[in-house]
Amino acid sequence: MSQHLPVLQVVVPLLAAPLAALVRRPRLSWLVAFLAALWAFGVAVALLHHVLSVGPISYHIGDWAPPWGIEYRVDQVNAFVLLIVSGIAAVVLPYARASVEWEIENERIPLFYTALILCMTGLLGISVTGDVFNVFVFLEISSLSAYALIAMGQDRRALTAAYQYLIMGSVGATFIVIGIGLMYVMTGTLNMADLAQRLPAMEANRTIPVAFAFLTVGISLKLALFPLHLWLPNAYAYAPSTVTSFIASTATKVAVYMLLRFVFTVFGAAFSFDVMNIDRILTPLALAAIVFMSLSAIYQPNVKRLLAYSSVAQIGYMVLGISLASVFGVAAGILHLFNHALIKGALFMAMGCVMYRVGSVRIEAMAGLGRTMPFTMAAFVIGGLSLIGVPLTVGFISKLYLVRAALEQGMWPVAVLVLVGSLLAVIYVWKVVEVAYFRQPIGDGSIREAPLSLLLPTWVLVLANIWFGVDAKLTAGVAIRAAQTLLGVGS
Amino acid sequence: MDDRVILRVGSKILIPFILLFALYVQFHGDFGPGGGFQAGVIFAAAFILYALVFGLGAAKAVLPPIVVHTCAAVGVMIYAGTGVVTLLLGGKFLDYNVLAHNAAHGQEWGIFSVETGVLVTVFGVMVAIFYAFAGRRRAEP
Repeated sequence: MSQHLPVLQVVVPLLAAPLAALVRRPRLSWLVAFLAALWAFGVAVALLHHVLSVGPISYHIGDWAPPWGIEYRVDQVNAFVLLIVSGIAAVVLPYARASVEWEIENERIPLFYTALILCMTGLLGISVTGDVFNVFVFLEISSLSAYALIAMGQDRRALTAAYQYLIMGSVGATFIVIGIGLMYVMTGTLNMADLAQRLPAMEANRTIPVAFAFLTVGISLKLALFPLHLWLPNAYAYAPSTVTSFIASTATKVAVYMLLRFVFTVFGAAFSFDVMNIDRILTPLALAAIVFMSLSAIYQPNVKRLLAYSSVAQIGYMVLGISLASVFGVAAGILHLFNHALIKGALFMAMGCVMYRVGSVRIEAMAGLGRTMPFTMAAFVIGGLSLIGVPLTVGFISKLYLVRAALEQGMWPVAVLVLVGSLLAVIYVWKVVEVAYFRQPIGDGSIREAPLSLLLPTWVLVLANIWFGVDAKLTAGVAIRAAQTLLGVGS
Repeated sequence: MDDRVILRVGSKILIPFILLFALYVQFHGDFGPGGGFQAGVIFAAAFILYALVFGLGAAKAVLPPIVVHTCAAVGVMIYAGTGVVTLLLGGKFLDYNVLAHNAAHGQEWGIFSVETGVLVTVFGVMVAIFYAFAGRRRAEP
């Protein structure tokens, strides 16, 4: 059965999604979703183990050999992304049960879980496939379900947020499919490896740079690269807590993975960086994201929105790493994919706990929560420290690699701006911590600690923040090997 | 619509032929233009015509929303399930060759099964979208 792992990664969740809709009972559909996420996580662990010990896996759908058939191809890069997506799903789903029962009407819960698993299926599919059109199909699956999930938020502004995301996301997806179409017209193939072979001969043709431009802009919209991030803050702020925790830690990460795939595997680093000079646009935009979005985060009165702006800044770190185009830089970007998923997952889940008990995530609602909800706020503090990049947390490891990569190329100003971003993070995290710990609790003292079913998954992620911050051998090792694979240098 | 005799009789005559044409498009999809998606839309169009002429209530009595939603979900399971069956029979995912005693029959059965899944889901989703929009009431001022 092990040879079928790449397809089982996607197909079992794909079957679980309609099943969750068919069972029609909230608890039962939750169970289906949870089992699907556990399965996906198990398969992802097995795939990563296989890739690290044996090497890349190629799976031919329908036994049609590539480049004619659809190929699923798992190497160090996407095995790691699969692990992030399924791992976050496996932690978020136990958390979802209580949170969703509180936030979503009962009769919609089965459909909510259907959309959630479909979203996970789409994200896993984007990561696992080696066929560019298949990427687009799975992108649509994950995006459409994400729009529906965000629209289910309690706040009525969730509807406009989802609509905004729908418009921007569709523009992004259209750009991506135009880019894919142009490449297909020129080469007659949709297989990534085959494209990589055929494209260099056509670089002189005007169509290929145009395809490259469409793809980069489309993917940048999806990954919310400053200044194409406008859909993100509202979408994260008004979506249900479970959805924010899941999407914030996975959707933009998978979009960053798409950028890596197209820039390094399909077009190749030589074309992307030497001919198209993509670094000249990515580096300034990434730095602008880090500084301006961190500044914007400071002025947000809603903590989920604050964290959303911080996410755009953090995406800046990932893109910055990628734009350095060195093994260390790309490894720092990939490492931060994983680390940021842990950080934002933990922070948004802590905010979900606050939402569950307090009913608001505005900063003034946090007053005194350090006393009334000590475990939730402790989770937030540790997540915040990790976001800042304090040693012994994963945030530190990411920053360390990123600064090292920048210094390696003698880019002092870049390293300084990365540290400025950290300082700004101190300010916006402190704003929340100050209100939570140094103000008297408001209300009649009826606010209690969040239930264990919410706290345990949150703390799993918090402890993972520390675990992988102390022992980064696994994550950094995989990230470096993934970067070497992408850049095509020997390991 | 009680007084629109021509519409009511006309649509009653048309609906069986629309359904039949949908099935023609479905089964002819193996050999020519057509297939599950088009057939599903045409099949749904028959019910949507019925709902337009005889009212949403009558249509929901014929085809309850729960059936529609079930169709939307079951079709996906037929499609992906076909792939799982080929896996269990020892082939690759959606490798139809293993479905029958020889490869040609296997391919035919596989495509038939997958297209059935597409028909069922597209039909379900089309009618579900129509029900959702037709069922909306103007918000009270």
